[in-house]
Amino acid sequence: MSALFFDDVSVWFGEGRDRVDAVRHASFRVGHGESFGLVGESGSGKSTIMRALTGLAPDWSGRMAVNGNPVPRGRHRNRLFYKSVQMVFQDPYASLHPRQSVDQVLSETLHLHGFRDIEPRIVRLLDDVGLGPAFRFRYPHQLSGGQRQRVAIARALAPEPSILLLDEPTSALDVSVQAEILNLLTDLRAEHKLTFLMVSHDLAVVAHMCERIAVMQAGEIVEVMGVDEMRALTPAHSYTRKLLQASLGYTRG
Amino acid sequence: MTPLLEVEDLWVRFPTRTGLFDAVRGVSFKLGRERLGIVGESGSGKSMTGRSILRLIRPPGQVTAAHIRLDGEDLMQHSEAQMRKVRGQRISMVMQDPKFSLNPVMSVGEQLIEAWRVHKKGSRAEARRRALDMLEAVSIRDPERVMRAHPHELSGGMGQRIMIAMMLIPDPELLIADEPTSALDVSVQAQVLQIMDRLVQDRGMGLIFISHDLNLVADFCDRVLIMYAGRVVETCAADKLHEAKHPYTRGLLNSLPRLDAPQKRLEVLRRDPAWAQAPSVRPS
Amino acid sequence: MTEMTGLRAWLLTDTPQSRGQARLASLYQGWLAFRRNPMAMFGLAILIALLAIGALAPWIAPHDPFYQDLTARLQPLGTPGHPLGTDSLGRDILSRLIYGSRITLYIVTLVALIAPLAGLIVGTVSGYLGGWVDMVLMRITDIFLAFPRLVLALAFVAALGAGIENAVLAIALTAWPPYARIARAETLTLRNADFISAVRLHGAGPIRIITRHIWPLCISSLIVRVTLDMAGIILAAAGLGFLGLGAQPPSPEWGAMISEGRRFILDHWWVATMPGLAIFTVSLAFNLLGDGLRDVLDPKGEK
Ligand SMILES: Nc1ncnc2c1ncn2[C@@H]1O[C@H](COP(=O)(O)OP(=O)(O)OP(=O)(O)O)[C@@H](O)[C@H]1O
Ligand SMILES: Nc1ncnc2c1ncn2[C@@H]1O[C@H](COP(=O)(O)OP(=O)(O)OP(=O)(O)O)[C@@H](O)[C@H]1O
Ligand SMILES: [Mg+2]
Ligand SMILES: [Mg+2]
Repeated sequence: MSALFFDDVSVWFGEGRDRVDAVRHASFRVGHGESFGLVGESGSGKSTIMRALTGLAPDWSGRMAVNGNPVPRGRHRNRLFYKSVQMVFQDPYASLHPRQSVDQVLSETLHLHGFRDIEPRIVRLLDDVGLGPAFRFRYPHQLSGGQRQRVAIARALAPEPSILLLDEPTSALDVSVQAEILNLLTDLRAEHKLTFLMVSHDLAVVAHMCERIAVMQAGEIVEVMGVDEMRALTPAHSYTRKLLQASLGYTRG
Repeated sequence: MTPLLEVEDLWVRFPTRTGLFDAVRGVSFKLGRERLGIVGESGSGKSMTGRSILRLIRPPGQVTAAHIRLDGEDLMQHSEAQMRKVRGQRISMVMQDPKFSLNPVMSVGEQLIEAWRVHKKGSRAEARRRALDMLEAVSIRDPERVMRAHPHELSGGMGQRIMIAMMLIPDPELLIADEPTSALDVSVQAQVLQIMDRLVQDRGMGLIFISHDLNLVADFCDRVLIMYAGRVVETCAADKLHEAKHPYTRGLLNSLPRLDAPQKRLEVLRRDPAWAQAPSVRPS
Repeated sequence: MTEMTGLRAWLLTDTPQSRGQARLASLYQGWLAFRRNPMAMFGLAILIALLAIGALAPWIAPHDPFYQDLTARLQPLGTPGHPLGTDSLGRDILSRLIYGSRITLYIVTLVALIAPLAGLIVGTVSGYLGGWVDMVLMRITDIFLAFPRLVLALAFVAALGAGIENAVLAIALTAWPPYARIARAETLTLRNADFISAVRLHGAGPIRIITRHIWPLCISSLIVRVTLDMAGIILAAAGLGFLGLGAQPPSPEWGAMISEGRRFILDHWWVATMPGLAIFTVSLAFNLLGDGLRDVLDPKGEK
């Protein structure tokens, strides 16, 4: 049984001439405790796969399962799902409510999951993501991008999920903060035995974080490879080769 | 020959509850028809430097400078009305946050068409054709559909490319691109960079490229300014960036993960308060 | 900057220690921003004065507002004992204005509670749920918007019967559609935001999302809009009073007073002008306040 299981999943938006087939026939599985990367062309459906799994993109076909439990159609998921799968969004500037303090965000989240001991949990969550108690009552505009992303990670960790979906968690951050966040994620994964599904367009970041990597182009998964193949630059598919080539540096044309 | 842009002793200050906060402190540089990279950590004043060239700092923020000359004309002396002519016509800026810069309730097509018609008096049909061309130029698949889409229906990278397309409409003399490719995959990124590159090479546009991607700046730009806490701490030729000496620059370079060399943990930058004290370096 | 006192420092800290302190601190910072706008402070001062006048009416009014003295009819300004003169029944205009402020406040408060709340509910539900709910609610809103405000209010009052409560109801019924429009537009831009998706991923339902996450972001623009509309509301109430459909004589409602005074407007101009000035002052005060609030509540809204 795998932590995440996708079989022949297609996701589309809209209908008629505005229909977009954002993901087509994607199949892959992620084992327990594994870290799985999604890379590929911009607009190729990486975020959409995560959004379909979590019910934010309701139109899909195929089969998806989390820890062996099939994922239902539509927007709604049960409590158990929200407790085991959580997501960190791409843009830390858009993922926190502008009028809610860190404390409000975390206590509401804990409340929604039915925890009673909210107070000590907030303290622990903030500590887990390396934010001191001084940050607890700040509002988002008083936080830097990296600090916001830490709050978003704390929120995702609140229900103690076993699976974390990370949608470009560091693309809006500078390299020094990126290093801090990636180290933090590595530590949290070891500590809480988390499974990661991670999107990034930075191949070096994916290689640093993930054991296996799926490459997407125009809605399709063209290749799944191990990190060693990627580091050795020996992919099978021509698009992956192009991507790796481009990642070696910009060559003036 | 006069340089395209000369910035001398630029300061940006914000009044805060605890006194004046200096976001940019005495930055000076010259820019020819070339690609100048500005790198540095978050909050180091990169965006503020870019915005103050266009005099886009909102009050209560204050901008002072000995001069900011564009082709010899001092922008600091311009009235707001004159500045409006400069913005968009002669200097374009790609803002850092595409989601906030696009109108959420207007379709992408309408926004592109409107932007085109503001600058080039032409018919709607012509504007539409040009908008489609622009989308294709930034390698958007299915441009017809994207024209009808609203910003929330786009992926992160598509929004960014649309912003770039929009800024290139007026053929600016100077383009300030604030993290224009942070949400793009490497191959699309290369295509977008090529567009900018051609504009610099063929039309002699000047480019200020703000980014936190050091490798990218090293490969793409001609010269680099490295900023820390509002100052330029080091400046060098872009291809020499990897030999930079300043401990801050070294720290940034070392915190990058590498495709060719796996690491257990990434190195984290340790800041030295002395870096913030030293005066800004002037590029030669 | 002067030495910070203990309370001030406590309010301005970057690191609040408790929920209460964080909330108070953000209120205090809003107040500091508001205080920098002298015109808005001026508007606020007028409104506070109006509140005080309304509350203290029995003590500060020189006369009973209903007391008629037919021997002293239509006295001019500056008459001893009647600084603003008297009306056609010999009642003291100043006292009537003072008591009338209570009615104005009553109308303003009720309308300001009903109309934006109704608009907020309709607009956010419509915007968040979308689909057929949105269709139905927005068609209803459009129907209301299609009629001129005063005409619609007139129709309501005619149906419900004249009187101050019905006038308030009629005005509220005609005032909500623009608020619904604003709230819906804001909701449309918010509902796809990542922070809304994030709470959905924690199992929050639509009611919770609308009331806890979307309302707080719509309310500030509504407050600004309501304060700016307040002048219109006062004028509408006065208009209904003037047409004899709002407050009934002998109530000292300002619109009704103008209506009574219009018969003497050429020879005894002050009878109609004084309540007119009162309406003008209060409307202006609300407008100034609204401008100031806009700067505090959504600084990026304008320019
Ligand atoms: N709500 C939506 N309505 C319509 N189309 C959508 C919607 N969301 C995404 N799409 C479309 O689906 C496709 C895939 O988008 P997605 O966000 O998954 O891309 P991505 O791989 O995450 O790209 P990026 O790396 O740029 O973020 C795009 O063509 C996009 O326009
Ligand atoms: N309105 C403001 N009031 C006070 N300080 C501000 C304001 N706007 C920006 N700053 C400060 O100015 C400094 C420089 O900001 P700037 O946006 O230029 O950083 P940056 O180098 O572009 O960072 P990033 O990589 O995160 O975009 C920051 O420390 C920021 O906190
Ligand atoms: Mg994406
Ligand atoms: Mg910036």
